[in-house]
Amino acid sequence: MEKTIEKTRFERFLDSDVWHSFKSSPVAIISSLVTLIMILAALFAPYIAPHDPFDLVSIDIMDSNLPPAWQEFGEARFLLGTDDQGRDILSTIMYGARISLFVGFASVIFSMVVGITLGLISGYAGGRVDAFIMRVADIQLSFPAILIALLIDGVARGIVPKELHEELSIYVLIFAIGISGWVQYARTVRGSTLVERNKEYVQAARVIGIRPGTILRRHILPNVMGPVMVIATIHLAIAIITEATLSFLGVGVPPTTPSLGTLIRIGNEYLFSGEWWITIFPGITLVILVLAVNLLGDWLRDALNPKLR
Amino acid sequence: MDLLSIKNLEIEFPSRRGTVVAVNDVNLTVQPGEVLGVVGESGAGKSTIGNAVIGLLEPPGRMSGGEVYLKGEQINNLSSEEKRKIRGRRIGMIFQDPLTSLDPLQTVEQQLVETIELHLKLGEAKAKERAIDLLHQVGIPNPELRVKHYPHQFSGGMRQRVVIALALCAEPEVIIADEPTTALDVSIQAQILELMRKLCQEKQVGMLIITHDMGVIADITDRVAVMYRGNLVEEGTTQKILGNPDHPYTKSLISAVPRPDIRLKRFPMVDYIEKEEDRKKLLDISTHWLGQARDFDAVEGPLVEVEDLVMTFVTKPAFLKKNRQTFNAVNGVSFEIRQGEVFGLVGESGSGKSTVARMISGLYKPAKGAVKFGGTNLTEIKSEKELDYFRRQMQMIFQDPFSSLNGRMRVMDIVAEPIRFHKLTSSNAETEGIVMDLLEHVGLGRQAAVRFPHEFSGGQRQRISIARALATRPRFLICDEPTSALDVSIQAQILNLLKDLQEELGLTMLFISHDLPVIRQMCDRVGVMKMGELVEVTETEKLFTAPEAPYSQELLSLMPKLDNLSQQGLQVEGA
Repeated sequence: MEKTIEKTRFERFLDSDVWHSFKSSPVAIISSLVTLIMILAALFAPYIAPHDPFDLVSIDIMDSNLPPAWQEFGEARFLLGTDDQGRDILSTIMYGARISLFVGFASVIFSMVVGITLGLISGYAGGRVDAFIMRVADIQLSFPAILIALLIDGVARGIVPKELHEELSIYVLIFAIGISGWVQYARTVRGSTLVERNKEYVQAARVIGIRPGTILRRHILPNVMGPVMVIATIHLAIAIITEATLSFLGVGVPPTTPSLGTLIRIGNEYLFSGEWWITIFPGITLVILVLAVNLLGDWLRDALNPKLR
Repeated sequence: MDLLSIKNLEIEFPSRRGTVVAVNDVNLTVQPGEVLGVVGESGAGKSTIGNAVIGLLEPPGRMSGGEVYLKGEQINNLSSEEKRKIRGRRIGMIFQDPLTSLDPLQTVEQQLVETIELHLKLGEAKAKERAIDLLHQVGIPNPELRVKHYPHQFSGGMRQRVVIALALCAEPEVIIADEPTTALDVSIQAQILELMRKLCQEKQVGMLIITHDMGVIADITDRVAVMYRGNLVEEGTTQKILGNPDHPYTKSLISAVPRPDIRLKRFPMVDYIEKEEDRKKLLDISTHWLGQARDFDAVEGPLVEVEDLVMTFVTKPAFLKKNRQTFNAVNGVSFEIRQGEVFGLVGESGSGKSTVARMISGLYKPAKGAVKFGGTNLTEIKSEKELDYFRRQMQMIFQDPFSSLNGRMRVMDIVAEPIRFHKLTSSNAETEGIVMDLLEHVGLGRQAAVRFPHEFSGGQRQRISIARALATRPRFLICDEPTSALDVSIQAQILNLLKDLQEELGLTMLFISHDLPVIRQMCDRVGVMKMGELVEVTETEKLFTAPEAPYSQELLSLMPKLDNLSQQGLQVEGA
């Protein structure tokens, strides 16, 4: 009998206001579909991409600089054309989106972990600890995020031995982008923590004797995650853009494993000699991806805001 | 001709889970100079009626039927522009929270003058004169000077007077007051009600006063309409409704009102609204885990002693200690709580009673003084482990049932948390069994364990809180305003439950309330607090019959009288 009352998490989700709002918002449905398709295409690139652009055996220099298939001289094999080395643009975009999304997700998770931890500590401890963490955040906020990322990237390159550069550059990038983004999380989580810690359920836990660490983890953290998810979604778009910017500037991922930003940079050199497709298609992909993720974030923010319901 | 007449009013709120009929076929009239009370518990639709009359229904709510007439003129079908002209000019409004119904960035004068100019078309000089005159009428001293002040410079009671002045600006024919005194202390409530009553009679204004508080009803109204789940169940003169109600709901409501004049054994007939799960097959406490002997040391003398407690809050923080500004919320409070008794702390908001409770429970660290539990001074214990032993013996029930439970946890985990933390059982199966028994014992039923807090009503959540507090098998329970967020009939149930549990488990309790009648029903001895100090500690019955301190006398004289309440089916303590 108890089973009939207990709702599974999935059933509760289907009955929630968020799911209802999602179903009635065409923007949310389309943008999440686009995001999902892109993520799946990137994830399964090795299986579904028409060519392997990094397999030197299959690349033929004779195929270089072919225009998209529907243009004159285009070939059906290469739907979106090829680049200067004869690599299929569609395939490089799929492989590039893999790198972009990996860096994006990894740096968002890194930011989240750092930001949430510091935000929880700051909000719960208060006093000087809070003042210190928040002043550090303020100082960091007075620099543009991209500058911080550039700085960390540069310093890391100085420290890491040269032969490891290519291997480690992607992790350096994740660290740089992640560190430049933690402040948003910390501030939001601190604000919510200040509200939650004065609620009576937290005081009840304190009266029981539960230690601060457990209270933060078990009671406060689940209750402050709503706004964090909103920031994380919007931050994902920012992280992807930041990665693309750094790669475009040549300080991101190495050209041997190109991301969308690297592809745009490589193509940029050919833009004015007529081979526009090498840079335009990765650019469009980036714009669509970031736009979709951003719209999703905007929708989520509105859906979780009780005042707008 | 009736001044205000509401005919067959029907209001519904469509939502995606179906349409809720908030008000169903309600008929009311108000005569000039008359105060009509609309009373009911939360969700009864009483505020919705007020909003519908002034055309301010919150979307998606809509009037699906009925008519509203003001002096014989139908007003509910007017355009929103015409309705706007009636609002403020012919129908004045007073809302619950005086802080949010005034614009904090405008002086009182600006707000009054704006309204006067708008409705009465007076020149600025005349309007200013009238503003001062209005403040004078509502009893604000020094109106010439005070009119230049901003709302935050007024106290809560004074602010509500300004709101009343604002409602009176354009000499309305009808005033709608929605819980006008709920945010105020008893002493201020009495003054405001008297003022409203007087103004009503002097100006022959009709008033519709919406409230959940029987004290307000008894104090000010001529007639009462009782609402229950959107329906008007009974209407009549105040004397009739309070003294000899007909409808079973009204009877149950009246019997649940805590009485200032007599002490009851239990509240009768309290399950009209929310049935308690069957508590008949109660646990045999003497053999169950809950009632078993605990590993606590026996205590001689009083269980809790509070000595010269001082709590200081920083009002202006600064990096250096000497630049900080502080305020003593509690100043030298001493009392003792004997084993097995219910000790009450009563006082107005800001008197420091909750702060004392928080110091005893260890949530606040006192600036000075000692909290002794069974002779041990808790403020001197440094180790958390050692404190855990005392924490198990002492638990707390909070005021707000909506924030005192973590919404992300199932009820099972909420109630089991203290047992698991203190490792009071040997296996998880045993813990879960005990939680189920506890939930049943507080009147919720075993299946409550798998659900989440938001699936429960306020009263049921308070039962969950009580179950959680009992889970460590404490011998001392602190109840900080446990029922002030609840409706009267639910309050009566919870108070009954607390009384039963106290008796069964031999609990010692500290019971904090601002509500004197509730104190009378619950406590053996009482301390009266005023501005951080304890002014009197005495037996409850003595406080109500012969209070000593002048402040206690004042508090008691301001308490709503309610002496003509129906006494059907009551069992008086000691009778």
